Amino acid sequence: MEHYLSIFVKTIFIENMALSFFLGMCTFLAVSKKVSTAIGLGVAVVVVLGLAVPANQIIYQAILAPGALDSLMGITDPKESIDLSFLSFITFIGVIAALVQILEMLLDKYFPALYQALGIFLPLITVNCAIFGAVSFMVAKNLTLGESVVYGVGSGIGWMLAIVLMAGLREKMKYSDVPNGLKGLGITFITAGLMAFGFLSFGGISL
Amino acid sequence: MSSDTKKVLFGPVVDNNPIALQVLGVCSALAVTSSMANALVMTLAVIVVTAFSNLFISIIRNQIPSSVRIIVQMAIIASLVIVVDQVLKAFSYQLSKELSVYIGLIITNCIVMGRAEAFAMKEKPGVSFLDGIGNGLGYGAVLMVVAFFRELLGFGKVFGFEVLPLVQNGGWYQGNGLLVLPFSSFFIIGLIIWAVRQWKPEQVEKD
Amino acid sequence: MSSNKETFGRTLGFVLVICLVCAALVSIAAVGLKPLQQANKLLDKQTKILEASGLLANLGTSPDSKSIVATYNKRVEAKMIDLKTGTIIEGDVNAFDERADSRDTAKSTKPSNDIAGLNRRADRAVVYLVKNEQGQLDTIVLPIVGSGLWDLMYGFVGLSPDFNTVQSVVYSDLKETPGLGAEVLNPNWKALWPGKKMFNEQGDIAIKIVKGGAKKGDVHGVDALSGATLTSNGVERTLHFWLGNEGYGPFIAKFRNGGLN
Repeated sequence: MEHYLSIFVKTIFIENMALSFFLGMCTFLAVSKKVSTAIGLGVAVVVVLGLAVPANQIIYQAILAPGALDSLMGITDPKESIDLSFLSFITFIGVIAALVQILEMLLDKYFPALYQALGIFLPLITVNCAIFGAVSFMVAKNLTLGESVVYGVGSGIGWMLAIVLMAGLREKMKYSDVPNGLKGLGITFITAGLMAFGFLSFGGISL
Repeated sequence: MSSDTKKVLFGPVVDNNPIALQVLGVCSALAVTSSMANALVMTLAVIVVTAFSNLFISIIRNQIPSSVRIIVQMAIIASLVIVVDQVLKAFSYQLSKELSVYIGLIITNCIVMGRAEAFAMKEKPGVSFLDGIGNGLGYGAVLMVVAFFRELLGFGKVFGFEVLPLVQNGGWYQGNGLLVLPFSSFFIIGLIIWAVRQWKPEQVEKD
Repeated sequence: MSSNKETFGRTLGFVLVICLVCAALVSIAAVGLKPLQQANKLLDKQTKILEASGLLANLGTSPDSKSIVATYNKRVEAKMIDLKTGTIIEGDVNAFDERADSRDTAKSTKPSNDIAGLNRRADRAVVYLVKNEQGQLDTIVLPIVGSGLWDLMYGFVGLSPDFNTVQSVVYSDLKETPGLGAEVLNPNWKALWPGKKMFNEQGDIAIKIVKGGAKKGDVHGVDALSGATLTSNGVERTLHFWLGNEGYGPFIAKFRNGGLN
């Protein structure tokens, strides 16, 4: 339990998807103009990450990982062991796209109110590199199923925290006198840099 | 070279830069710019993937059923990225180790997907190929500039060659610790955007 | 034209064709390049082991892969050991994967005093016995792993056969901050290690990383990396863990008593 809690806190603050690994930046910079939209997108990311990371973990460990198919195919010689890990990118992106599609349909049918709120963000999420990045990190870190659930939800919450904070700052920034050339994207980049600077101070906290 | 070709090829470098103006593909721009060698490899990888995905998608653009358009584009891009990743692992193991998951993240780099959807679906293969190279160059230009400043001022090196001898190695230059850290690329990109917009005021955002 | 483009059969057929083409492309690349990739991976590991044993320096500034492989095959002998008992056991040293084993609860244990921040430690390990030209044992290279600032750092430590004098400490895989923690890879820092002693006269582990610089002539102290306290602490704790009873301690004890042969 302690171990899961430590992963959870770590993924939110220390290994923040947006501000430590700079993943999901495209949407992070483009959709952070208003706090309400940022929250909507953030929730959608949490849901998709919480589903996509464990789903891909199961598929990777059961099919793609080196040697995973050996017992099924009756291979005992390690030299002939099947290694499909080169297919992982294409599988992950397929699974993520399919999950988003299914989620969209389910929400539309059973929770129309939620669909109204999240619907427009869902297609954006397929190409959000935070999702793909978290899945790749899951493989690189070799997480177990339980850990991957915590990791997925944690990174989602971390990303949401970052985008909501960013949106809050940008709402206030409307009233600031920013030099013309820096308006919009320029100052957003610099603000994001300062936020990442702040998040850096979480580094080295041992859990 | 006709002026049209030139426009397709070099337009995205300054006038319509994917990172600075279209806010695409920022994620990897931040994390892989700690050295110019990494940035160069990443640039080449993105150019190859964007150019060929544009080419292939453009060749089959009249055949793609629109209902499965996105997934077909995704499959082509993912396959290309896997090939690039495998080639890199085979011929440049050290670099592939350093770039780790960021090569895979080209799949979700919005530049590739964005150009496929916005350009290759409408235009002829030849010009699409050039558009891919152009956008890859635009992405690479920003990457290389960021990496140049970070490597020079942070490590006193350019492409791994010592220019400013560091104090740690018995020289006189005290490396700039801020630029060593990944988030400093936010500041550099912000400043680049500012510089470009001072030069080309029509890019300034209205609020 | 658009009417016949959207029929169900045609869409399905199109997707199938795309799948086949992509699958063929990816598989050809993956299968065709696999031998090269595996050779690269092995070469990387062998280079690090030779570096830890001090043999790499003899091969010139940029040794080619052939001489590395030849030297490795001639001079290095890999042995699998059981960490708990410290005895050499049978096992495929090439197929052994420390990272996979340490994830497997059946093949790993939770250290009671986890100073290296491992969470779980694999029960087996592969050690490398490096011989000199005459075929006598010259250096022992032990793989080590421990937490740095961001993540686990993997590396090798080369020790003389008395397990006391350091030959070198070489990290092979880490995610520390470039310019700060990643300076453990700096040749100038690595050059501080040779000749340091791991244990004091009483036989206790005495190696330490000293912030602000070790005193001149201190055989147990190594300068800390400036600006990277947590990485430096990580290196010290990693060494303490692996030389201790939950690391290679039993193996070292057996070895010193001549109990290996």
